[in-house]
Amino acid sequence: MTTQVSARATKHRTFSFGRVSAIASNTILELIRLKVFYILVLFALAVIASSLFQAKITFQDQFQILKDVSLGAMSIFTWLLATLSTAMLLPKDIEDRTLYTILAKPVPRFEYLLGKLLGVMVMLLLAIVLMSAMMVVVLYLRETVVAADEVAQTPPEFRAQRLAEVRASAFNPNLIPGVLVVYIKAVVIATVTLLISTFSSSWIFTIFISTAVTLIGHLQATAREVWMDQQVHGFFTGLFTAAIAILFPDLQVFSLVDDIAVGTAVPLILFVKAFGLGTTYIVMYFVVAYFSFASREL
Amino acid sequence: MSFSEASPLRRYLLCCGLLVAFGVAKLPFEHALTRDLHAAHFLQYQLNLDVRAQVGQMGFVAALSGYRAVVADYLWIKNYEAWTRTEWGRMKFLMDAVTMLQPRAMTFWDDAAWHMAWNAGVAARENPHEPSELLRMKAEREYIETGERYLLEGIKHNPDRARLYERLGDLYARKMFDHCRAAEAYAQAAAHPDAMPYVKREGAFELAKCPGHEREAYDLLMRLYRLSERERVPTLLRLIERFQTELNIPAEERVDITEDLKKGTPQ
Repeated sequence: MTTQVSARATKHRTFSFGRVSAIASNTILELIRLKVFYILVLFALAVIASSLFQAKITFQDQFQILKDVSLGAMSIFTWLLATLSTAMLLPKDIEDRTLYTILAKPVPRFEYLLGKLLGVMVMLLLAIVLMSAMMVVVLYLRETVVAADEVAQTPPEFRAQRLAEVRASAFNPNLIPGVLVVYIKAVVIATVTLLISTFSSSWIFTIFISTAVTLIGHLQATAREVWMDQQVHGFFTGLFTAAIAILFPDLQVFSLVDDIAVGTAVPLILFVKAFGLGTTYIVMYFVVAYFSFASREL
Repeated sequence: MSFSEASPLRRYLLCCGLLVAFGVAKLPFEHALTRDLHAAHFLQYQLNLDVRAQVGQMGFVAALSGYRAVVADYLWIKNYEAWTRTEWGRMKFLMDAVTMLQPRAMTFWDDAAWHMAWNAGVAARENPHEPSELLRMKAEREYIETGERYLLEGIKHNPDRARLYERLGDLYARKMFDHCRAAEAYAQAAAHPDAMPYVKREGAFELAKCPGHEREAYDLLMRLYRLSERERVPTLLRLIERFQTELNIPAEERVDITEDLKKGTPQ
């Protein structure tokens, strides 16, 4: 009996979710301890809260500016968090020699990398939940003020309709896909940053290249359309546009959050497709990142 | 030979090959999704050299990086500042950029048209520096037409919503005094599920002012009269009364509006 238990305990599994979750939870702790996390999240919360006051200085549809600023802040800060935190993961582990300690144990590199990515994903989720909660609070406060104004100014026969319009303009379920799109975009950027860091020798280089990829990713759709619709002239132009279309993710797809903010309801099928494309990018760049990391001489 | 046994160069080549293979495989899906999004009126913005000139280098880079909504809001606040200084030319410049960046934001189209057709139009008509009344009227007319262009362009990007059709009806009715086109615009607005309840009535009132459509207007007014007591506002009742006389409606088909008029404006 004792022999059986010890044999089971020592048997090494090719993939262990326990090992992955241990690495992921350790990564979350590491990231949360970083001052940059607090600074960025606090700054994002401050920007979202300040939109409450910005909305007052314009005569414009207050909720639109409020939602634009909130979703814009979420998008900028999750992008910064994804890039900065992921770029520092591998170099920090190499510098601290933690990487060697982990890989000296029977932990496959795949599990190590997956644990790191999952850790970043959870940290981004935490940040986005905090920012979304702040957005909802700000929208609710503004809605209360606007609704009170409407009740005072609108004739009784139109009051119910105006209040319904105010509520529809404030928080509506359409914003949830918007927030999810912001999240999946941040995770795609984190995965691309992870891929770059597997062959990069410094985290500054990783941040620089990841930022460039993000910028080019927003233009990938243009390059792809030009190339696929055969509007290119010249071999080298064709090669260049093809390289951009093939190697980079289409981040413009996730810009549909800007349309969601102005009240356009995103059809479920389109949201599922956009989310599916994001998930495909994550899997695709992660697999390449694994092979790149597996090739790396440590 | 396994992956770990291959030479570093071979392993890196394999990674590149994998990236290219994945990249090629994703292309049709990306292409189809972009087309679907465009068909559903998403991602219709234009980032061209005009926008580059209007938003500056940093703004353009921000817009390219996926922050066009924030850039558009920033420009809109600049537009508000320009409005407080009544800089109509600069306002048009900024509003062009904002509407190009956020074509699905109806409020930008709506306010851009309002600024041009109402505010700038009146300012041009009452311009103390222009002694010629003819030129003042011409300038006002041009601003009103600019407002109309904003609304028509906005409708192209937002054909699925009522608000801009309604504003176009307001512009034709109150600024251009083209009651036939106003009636048409209100009717198009009323056909949308998000139209305000009074829009159909506004359309009927405008149709009543459109020469040659009196019978059509009367039928529409009667339909509204029978639809609900809430529709029986004094203007509607007076128009029915007028058309009953003008169109020689037979006595048995006529409605007596006296009682309704006594009740006053429905609440």
